[in-house]
Amino acid sequence: MLRKLLIGTALASGLAFAAHAEDVKEVQMLHWWTSGGEAAALNVLKQDLAKEGYAWKDVPVAGGGGDAAMTALKAMVAAGNYPTASQMLGYTVLDYAAAGVMGDLTETAKKEGWDKSVPAALQKFSVYDGKWVAAPVNVHSVNWLWINKAVMDKIGGTEPKTFDDFIALLDKAKAAGVTPLALGGQNWQEATMFDSVVLSTGGPEFYKKAMNDLDDASLKSDTMKKSFDNLAKLVTYVDPNFSGRDWNLATAMVIKGDALVQVMGDWAKGEFHAANKTPGTDFLCYRFPGTDGSVIYNSDMFGMFNVPDDRKAAQVALATATLSKSFQSAFNVVKGSVPARTDVPDTDFDACGKKGIADLKKANEGGTLFGSLAQGYGAPPAVANAYKDVVSKFVHGQIKTSDEAVTELVKAIDDAK
Amino acid sequence: MSTVATSQIKLTPEEARPRASVRSRLQDALPKIVLAPSFAITIVFVYGFILWTIYLSFTNSKTFPSYAITGGRAYQRLWNWTFDTDPPSSWYTSITNMGIFGFLYIAICLALGLFLAILLDQKIRGEGVLRPIYLYPMALSFIVTGVAWKWFLDPGLGLEQTLHQWGWTSFHFDWIKNKDFVIYTVVIAGVWQASGFIMAMFLAGLRGIDGEIMKAAQIDGATTFQLYRRIVIPLLRPIFLSAFIVLAHLAIKSYDLVVALTSGGPGGSAWLPSNFMYEYTFKRNEMAVGSASAVIMLMTIVAIIVPYLYSELREKPR
Repeated sequence: MLRKLLIGTALASGLAFAAHAEDVKEVQMLHWWTSGGEAAALNVLKQDLAKEGYAWKDVPVAGGGGDAAMTALKAMVAAGNYPTASQMLGYTVLDYAAAGVMGDLTETAKKEGWDKSVPAALQKFSVYDGKWVAAPVNVHSVNWLWINKAVMDKIGGTEPKTFDDFIALLDKAKAAGVTPLALGGQNWQEATMFDSVVLSTGGPEFYKKAMNDLDDASLKSDTMKKSFDNLAKLVTYVDPNFSGRDWNLATAMVIKGDALVQVMGDWAKGEFHAANKTPGTDFLCYRFPGTDGSVIYNSDMFGMFNVPDDRKAAQVALATATLSKSFQSAFNVVKGSVPARTDVPDTDFDACGKKGIADLKKANEGGTLFGSLAQGYGAPPAVANAYKDVVSKFVHGQIKTSDEAVTELVKAIDDAK
Repeated sequence: MSTVATSQIKLTPEEARPRASVRSRLQDALPKIVLAPSFAITIVFVYGFILWTIYLSFTNSKTFPSYAITGGRAYQRLWNWTFDTDPPSSWYTSITNMGIFGFLYIAICLALGLFLAILLDQKIRGEGVLRPIYLYPMALSFIVTGVAWKWFLDPGLGLEQTLHQWGWTSFHFDWIKNKDFVIYTVVIAGVWQASGFIMAMFLAGLRGIDGEIMKAAQIDGATTFQLYRRIVIPLLRPIFLSAFIVLAHLAIKSYDLVVALTSGGPGGSAWLPSNFMYEYTFKRNEMAVGSASAVIMLMTIVAIIVPYLYSELREKPR
């Protein structure tokens, strides 16, 4: 008996030793952060991992963008060839988790205290069935105004606190001969702006019911109609040439002073930084009027796949490094977003970043942190895209009235569910 | 008994053949052996995946393929969307755009290509320089064509802006920003790219026409117009067939042109069925609906091409 035990122990330790010896010191990563600022931000992570002895290997994606990467990921997973981790957004993580291909990082999460430091709203996407399957990298928020300060001073504007203030401010800009609102007429940009309009018009409770819970009564309500009316008002302040414009070109209009304001997520800040502009002196960041205290977020995640045992150590190292306070700070300073854990010091961030961190913390504690429907954090992709369709058709005139828009929205969402 | 005898008799001539038969048989089989891999690849990757797509369209596949047949709900949804005209559903927009784009693109390319080819065929000087100029757009990818025309047609950057700066301030051309006209800009860019290639096809056809026939007609007193109308164009019929098939498949697979030129157009008003298919399969995780739309695209092209091929190819063995 004793002998058997001894042999067993010897074998087990031998196996453990063998497994340890064969650990692959490499992280295979699928992502589409290839442009200047993003690549620089990701370099921080590469260096952190290199210090621990893990090599970084990008999984090549033909064509670059997120869609191509997701198509590549689908093919890899279908072939049973999992990367260590992949950049993923919202419901994609849950889809893959439901398909049973994600790993389990619960132990690491416990050790590192992610349960307490990562906002609960984010955990909806990074925790599946009680298991940690993804490491959130950052939190973007979309209810921001980006304003050119020189233009603001010229027209004598002040921070708009309500939607009516905002309209008055846009009128002033119009009178001064500046394009008041820089908008890119692509469906996701229009819908991203509409997220903020709904929050501003209906308040936090209403936003949650309509845009996260997809409650029929709220979607049909007069408040939703009023939101569409408010959107129609905003659209009267764009230049005639807005249709199809890329978001960064709209940002460039604000940077150059051709336009007063853009409603866009905080990735717009990266464009201001790239043009050597400083918050406070060259540009201003305010919350969308009437949404102060709430945050509509989206977040980049690193989905962790169920890799073979010899790659698990590398995966744990990657996840730990991703959610380490030092990386969260260094990465998000460059990326323009805010850390995905609320206990990271804000010393290195600029004024807008500091406000973003404070707002996130407040929203998390007050229960006013909501997923952006336009960015795919409010509902699964089928619903989110149906929503974008309706908003875009309303902006471009295929849908003519707010009554019709509300009917179409309910129909489209029901159809996509 | 007799059967054995006959079979033995039958065998003898084979045996009597010289040993070289292995070599000659190999020679006979060589084309088949060489073609076999590409044949197998075509069978699997074209026809196999067509069947696979048809199969998927009857499941309820979402993000990933699911294998349980659940009926024709995807087709039912497409059918309902076909009649959703006000406001137009994405599917309705896609198929009406396909009709407009397909018809204009093929018709204008054929007309313009033939016209240019006839002009170039007048034994003019510098043909060697002109021909490649018309042909080169075909060497560009749809993405390049799309982006170039996007800038050119953009009222704030391209044609309209330039003419305004030159003083013609009443000039107005904003089709690319207009939900009702954006599909016609796709036609313009598509025609610009393909008509030179069609011209080259027609030019080759014109060069293949026997000069004697033309001379005979001229001696009989045919005017130039009659010559082309009654003799040349009828003789070019096989070229029309090839050009039509090339254009039809280019039209139906135009996806990148729409994306690069219009990024879908205002409110999705420039979508073609291929954009619809990609959106639903890969972005909206509705693989069954995407597959169903792909099957309908296939059926459409089959419905057009098969009768045409049949009527054209039947006349050959006269």
